[in-house]
Amino acid sequence: MSVLVGKDTKVLVQGMGKTGRFHTDKAIAYGTTMIGAVHPSRAGETEIFEGETDHSGVPGREDQYKVELPIFRTVDEAVAATGANASVIYVPPPFAADAIMEAADAAMPLVVTITEGIPVADMVRAKRYLEGRSTRLVGPNCPGVITPQACKIGIMPGYIHRSGRIGVVSRSGTLTYEAVHQLTLNGLGQTTAIGIGGDPVNGTDFVDCLSLFNDDPATEGVLMIGEIGGSAEEEAAEWIEANMTKPVAGFIAGLTAPPGKRMGHAGAIISGGKGTADAKIAALQGAGVTIAETPTDMGAAMDQALGL
Amino acid sequence: MGGRASRRRRRGIMRIHEHQAKELFAERGIPVPLGRVATTVDEAVAAVRPLIEETGNPVVVVKSQIHAGGRGKGRFKEHPDLGGVNVVTDGIAGGIEAAEAGVAELAGRMLGSTLVTIQTGPEGKQVNRLYIEQGIDIDRELYVSVVLDRSTSRNIVMASVEGGTEIEEVAANTPEKIITEEVDPAFGLLPFQARSIAYELGLEGEAQNNGVRFLQALSAGAVDLDTDLVEINPLVVTTDGDVMALDGKVSFDANALFRHPAIAALRDATEEDPAELAAKDHGLSFIKLDGDIGCMVNGAGLAMATMDIIKIVGGEPANFLDVGGGADKDQIAAAFKIITADPNVKGIFVNIFGGIMRCDTIAEGIVAAVEEVGLAVPLVVRLEGTNVELGKQILDESGLDLVNADDMKDGAEKILELT
Repeated sequence: MSVLVGKDTKVLVQGMGKTGRFHTDKAIAYGTTMIGAVHPSRAGETEIFEGETDHSGVPGREDQYKVELPIFRTVDEAVAATGANASVIYVPPPFAADAIMEAADAAMPLVVTITEGIPVADMVRAKRYLEGRSTRLVGPNCPGVITPQACKIGIMPGYIHRSGRIGVVSRSGTLTYEAVHQLTLNGLGQTTAIGIGGDPVNGTDFVDCLSLFNDDPATEGVLMIGEIGGSAEEEAAEWIEANMTKPVAGFIAGLTAPPGKRMGHAGAIISGGKGTADAKIAALQGAGVTIAETPTDMGAAMDQALGL
Repeated sequence: MGGRASRRRRRGIMRIHEHQAKELFAERGIPVPLGRVATTVDEAVAAVRPLIEETGNPVVVVKSQIHAGGRGKGRFKEHPDLGGVNVVTDGIAGGIEAAEAGVAELAGRMLGSTLVTIQTGPEGKQVNRLYIEQGIDIDRELYVSVVLDRSTSRNIVMASVEGGTEIEEVAANTPEKIITEEVDPAFGLLPFQARSIAYELGLEGEAQNNGVRFLQALSAGAVDLDTDLVEINPLVVTTDGDVMALDGKVSFDANALFRHPAIAALRDATEEDPAELAAKDHGLSFIKLDGDIGCMVNGAGLAMATMDIIKIVGGEPANFLDVGGGADKDQIAAAFKIITADPNVKGIFVNIFGGIMRCDTIAEGIVAAVEEVGLAVPLVVRLEGTNVELGKQILDESGLDLVNADDMKDGAEKILELT
């Protein structure tokens, strides 16, 4: 078992440019079921992928793969023709919010937006558009979602993951890789790893992911990785205190970040004395979360939270 | 900006000067005092006569234009008795010539001097331009801002009767004095919401109508112009019932500048840190800090965590530097050069978890940079992830004098020992 994505996930790519093609190829090599693409200027064409299978992904496949993906004009047409139940967006920033809304209009159940640098005002509109619709948005500005050895949607390196017992949720990309790597090395593995993104306006948040993992029978514990800025970690702490039945370990980046400076992510900023790492750590510890003091201790903190 | 750099990701925000913000306000029908910008004493003096003749008010104000708040209470390093904003009343008794003389004297002391405010840090900022503005007969000072509320993913219009004070102080001490209205992006700030704020601010009669128009124009402008923050402190009610932006602090979402070329052109590069500017031009995210251990990392979260772990083992990071997920060899070399150019840097810690970013690319960039600019300080490298073996091999074969680290903590401890 897992959350959000698994063996039955059929993925549509929105934006088959250079980046979209590169990561689609990696996803196919990993064994993800990619079923088509939307790219208005190239509708009617076929995109061909072939290469060597990445055996760290879905097991039991031949050493070589060859996949032909049809390209459609609209998400609607693509869904009608392929039965896609998830999409991944690599559309450039000026057009990415429109791509999210198009997918929502087509009632796409899951939309994972990788694109970095979408204007905040565009995301405010897109989130308003999602209200009352069935689509779940993950991202933007995130590495994606992966259920190891079943389905990889996004830009994370597949081979560092192992199918296992821990749900991972994170605002940061490379820090997720660090966490996943540690969980692979200490043998716990992952059920699903979700990057929720580093932007101030995003779709799925910590609470959504904690709730999904809490309800997933295969997930035995959750590792959450936050950072300075906003109040998403504090809201997660409140939810954990009230609802969480499984052990949670966490790490918060930005203990040494100076106020008023954006630490790379648009969302990572301490402003008006709010959003500090100290406040987030205190809130999470208050809710019983085991905090890793350094980023090298994330796997160990998870062990400790599980009582291992 | 070259085509190559502008194609790369741009992040963060862009600030503008007060006088530029007021020009944008005026274009959108938001009332502001009349004023003129000056970069020399002569220009400052030349601004006085038309201002006084047009407004009939013999008082003018000379305001420092820097990208930092707290200018009124700030003081010049060279003139400890002089604030960043000065009212010239000489014109009341002495006429235009006296006002001109007063402005000349002030401008001569302010231009080229260094203003220290609570937001500039102790090093202060050099004042290179002034704004000469008409005097205003103020009845009340209020506060208004438009900012994103991250918990609802919507803008809020925030207002307070406590104008002229830092809003963070008001929020901490008297939160009941802060009025907020959430803006539905589908509808904008509705008239009843604007009226509600105006009532709460105690605006009456003509001032109330003016206030409602002001708030709606401001809220719409924030969306149309893709602002990160619009803050007017103080917003003043004049003795005539006019509602006017006496100050204007505006910053923009840098990711949206592609659709606002006129705003992008307002950028004043002299207000930005040269190293941060150089990094931005290479598509890198860099922030200078006070420590002595330079860091080069891929990914913002990992870069922050790297700073943290340096601090935890007892060191002080010299910078935040995220080379991003898709940096090429040239960008890596540029990043390395920016770090080594800082004279405070006594050691460098490279921490890479290659995903899309390949470790061999990082290694090639480091080798290229050292060949070009040399390496005078110790270097610790921690590589993990895609093509890690190839990356280590490139570094080994280059003959570079560096220390390999097993993980982040090991790397942080090793660089601390060496510096």
